[in-house]
Amino acid sequence: MTPADFQALLPLIILAVGATVLMLQIAWLRDSRLTAALAALTMVLAALSCRFAQEVAPLQVTPLLMADRFAFVFCTLFCLAGAVTALLSADYVRQHGDEPEEFFLLLVLATMGACVLAYAVHVASLILGLELLSVSLYALIAYPNKSILPLEAAVKYLVLSGAASATTLFGFALLYAATGTLEFAALGQALGTSNSSQGLLLVAAAMTLAGLAFKLSLVPFHLWTPDVYDGAPAPVTGFLASVAKGAAFIVLLRLFLDADLFRYRILVEVTGLLAIFSMLAGNLLALLQTNIKRMLAYSSIAHVGYLMIVFMVCTDADSRSLAVEAAMYYLIAYTATTIAAFGLLTLICADDADRENIQLQQISGLFWRQPVLACLMLVALLSLAGIPLTAGFIAKFYLVSAAVSGHNWILLFTLVVGSSIGIYYYLRVVYYMTRRPEEHPVVPEAISIWRGRMLSLVLIAGIVLLGVAPESLMHYLRSIL
Amino acid sequence: MSMAVLILLLLAGGVLAWQSERINPNLPRWVALLAIVVSLVFLLASLPPDRAVLVPDPGEPGDWMLYLKVDWIPRFGIAFELAMDGLSLLLVVLTLLLGLVAVASSWSEIDFKPGLFQANLVWTLAGVCGVFLAVDLFLFFLFWEVMLIPMYLLIAIWGHEKKAYAAMKFFIFTQASGLLMLLAIVVLAWQGLASSGQLSFSYLDLLGLELDPRLGYLTMLGFFLAFTVKLPAFPFHTWLPDAHTQAPTAGSVLLAGILLKTGAYGLLRFCIPLFPEASMEFAPIAMGLGAAGVIYGAILAFAQSDFKRLVAYSSVSHMGFVLLGLYAWNQLALQGAVMQMVAHGVSTAALFMMAGALQHRLHTRDMRQMGGLWHQAPRMGACAMFFAVASLGLPGLGNFVAEFLVLLGLFAVQPWLTAIAALGLITAAVYSLWMIQQAFQGSPDEQRQMPDFDAREMVSMAAMMIALIWLGLYPQPVLDLAQPVLDGLQQLVPGASHVATVETQATVAAGAGL
Repeated sequence: MTPADFQALLPLIILAVGATVLMLQIAWLRDSRLTAALAALTMVLAALSCRFAQEVAPLQVTPLLMADRFAFVFCTLFCLAGAVTALLSADYVRQHGDEPEEFFLLLVLATMGACVLAYAVHVASLILGLELLSVSLYALIAYPNKSILPLEAAVKYLVLSGAASATTLFGFALLYAATGTLEFAALGQALGTSNSSQGLLLVAAAMTLAGLAFKLSLVPFHLWTPDVYDGAPAPVTGFLASVAKGAAFIVLLRLFLDADLFRYRILVEVTGLLAIFSMLAGNLLALLQTNIKRMLAYSSIAHVGYLMIVFMVCTDADSRSLAVEAAMYYLIAYTATTIAAFGLLTLICADDADRENIQLQQISGLFWRQPVLACLMLVALLSLAGIPLTAGFIAKFYLVSAAVSGHNWILLFTLVVGSSIGIYYYLRVVYYMTRRPEEHPVVPEAISIWRGRMLSLVLIAGIVLLGVAPESLMHYLRSIL
Repeated sequence: MSMAVLILLLLAGGVLAWQSERINPNLPRWVALLAIVVSLVFLLASLPPDRAVLVPDPGEPGDWMLYLKVDWIPRFGIAFELAMDGLSLLLVVLTLLLGLVAVASSWSEIDFKPGLFQANLVWTLAGVCGVFLAVDLFLFFLFWEVMLIPMYLLIAIWGHEKKAYAAMKFFIFTQASGLLMLLAIVVLAWQGLASSGQLSFSYLDLLGLELDPRLGYLTMLGFFLAFTVKLPAFPFHTWLPDAHTQAPTAGSVLLAGILLKTGAYGLLRFCIPLFPEASMEFAPIAMGLGAAGVIYGAILAFAQSDFKRLVAYSSVSHMGFVLLGLYAWNQLALQGAVMQMVAHGVSTAALFMMAGALQHRLHTRDMRQMGGLWHQAPRMGACAMFFAVASLGLPGLGNFVAEFLVLLGLFAVQPWLTAIAALGLITAAVYSLWMIQQAFQGSPDEQRQMPDFDAREMVSMAAMMIALIWLGLYPQPVLDLAQPVLDGLQQLVPGASHVATVETQATVAAGAGL
């Protein structure tokens, strides 16, 4: 390997070294504040190093990893999201587990898995990254050992996610049998010339897609989502909903782009169907929830459904770059918003054992009790609902533009219907937050942590900035393609 | 620049009003009042003296009264583009004046978080001003959506007993139809890209775009739906009675007085000029909806026992005239529609203020529990009478001029629809007088103690009375202000040839109005 190779992999190296340092530090001195700070520092450094690593891009490092600017954008995003999650969970895990330090180690490893997925151009790196991410998440979900819900959620996720990984793996094995290669680009070429039976390829594609659709929790592979999101500790849920899904989406997009799977009409139409089901089912089921975490779980299903629109748009070669650009913007906006929404849920309640289970009642009148947190939640919800001046609106505008450019009218119509339904359950939360003191039962006084407030303000600023001055990010994303 | 400053002034005024609550709970209303007055004075002071009246056809940036364009998102050809002509000026001034009325009407009504209340009120005004000034479609959509949020909060926090339902319905109706408009805007911009090679959301660039007839028709429907939900026109009006009834007084004043006019403005400024052929093809249906709204709103208004709900349904009826006037698309009818926007804004704001005052005193809106109020509160009775007869279209007051012009213009296009719509004038008399009879006449409840209007309330009422009398007796300045704009818009829509026989002299109409 040349120095340039190392430079290109710098973010991954920093994360790996950081994880090792954390392990040593925990062995030497148990101090959860220090561990949290170190973990956050590692991830921020990794994010910053992307700028430096980018100088050698694009560079293929071994057949497994492709260090291009596409990878670096998401590396930065995932690392920053990981850092924010670490800071948000600092107080949370201390109250919920006996030994909080390893939580942060797992978080760094999960982030590293997501980053590997951003680099992946080979089935092997895809599986490695996916497993690194998933296995860390099993432990992260089960981390609070004082209550039963997280354990239940972790077991569910473990069993189902394991099955999904196995399905994906088997699908790739079949593809390998048919084509003799595991590199995305070579796979695409070999598919064109392969003389294996259509049936085999169809099964392989179906299994691969099903496994990844599970990780993305697309309908009908979504059944685990509400239970796991509900049971997992709030900061981990935020990470799961944003980074884990984002990474899976990125690798799927990369697979389709590199192997040019858009040639296969039927495959793309399946993604379109998944998108439509997810948009409708996610939004409709979210209507029924009174538990905010379950509501956000269904809303995240809907949002990935919106995002899946880009696969259909990509079949139109003229709109492809716009579609990919839209997907990137949407992911960035969605990650920021989701982290903010779950971050609020982390900060919102006093430490009671039942913290994982946040009902609408518990945020009643939050505007008058905790104005800063309530403002954060308002901005996050408006962004999820796609109201102007927030990142979510620009993201939705991007998607609509891409879909109009690709003439995908059915998907657009579903998007409009889905978003209209979505307003109801987002606004219901806003309504509960604005209830007057005399209208709701006594709720536990929320603890006010200045760190939480500072983070909230940074996240609000980020979401609003992305919504008001999106040009520089757009310009940058456009320059990547 | 001054238009951006105007919006900023209002936004900043809102923040100040919000924070001033910490010093004294009575301060926010003064700050809000001051912010609106300062904005109004600033706006009038920054008008170019030489072009204060004349605004030639839109399309030439140099011809606007005020014009501002700053690149915002060049990636999509989106600019922060504001422009003002006579029509926008008229509506912005109406917005600010009714903003003053709204502050006055909520003067002593709000006990809970008065700072945030006034802030939301002023922010709503800022959003509405943005809607009236934006000429970049993306920016227009942004203001269109953003103005909903403070309005939603006004209803959801300070509303009456069924506020959650009403606020939600209001938001969902507007937002869902807004999404369709967003879709239509993007489709339109992409058509522009296909025909000119340049992606732009600017109104000026998209005017006169050649569209495939079917696509044009569907895109037009996207706009039409968003605007008629807001207007509201007949089948899409169901959010209105709930929202108006449940909103606090100031919220109802803003909703009825200003927010409904954004729908009419959108139709006039965007929907019809952007899609001339499709709109003219669609005009009979739109006018049918308008006439249906006039009659249906009036019948439902008559059936109400809730004072506010009655006024709300009467709005549906009156806004039907606006829809009729707009789609008749000739000089007289358009002048009538603009006039109706202004006159209805004032008269309904006054009636909602009256409803709020009654509820504040009696703790009910049910007219069956009123009766004989005239004896106990003669000043209130007289004011209510005045605005009720204004609303039913008494000659000499603004609403008469408006409705008369609409009917006059419409007659040339659709005589039968005119006949149906004219029935609205009769039904308006029925429900307006019914309202007065139930609430103010009859034998009073002797147990009831009720203070009459105080000086503050009388001043606001008197101001609105003067405005209506002025609009009724000397409407020429308003007509003159709107005339060049309407001329320009009509040049853009040549499809209206079937009404070209109408004598388009606004002065004639004004004479007839007298």
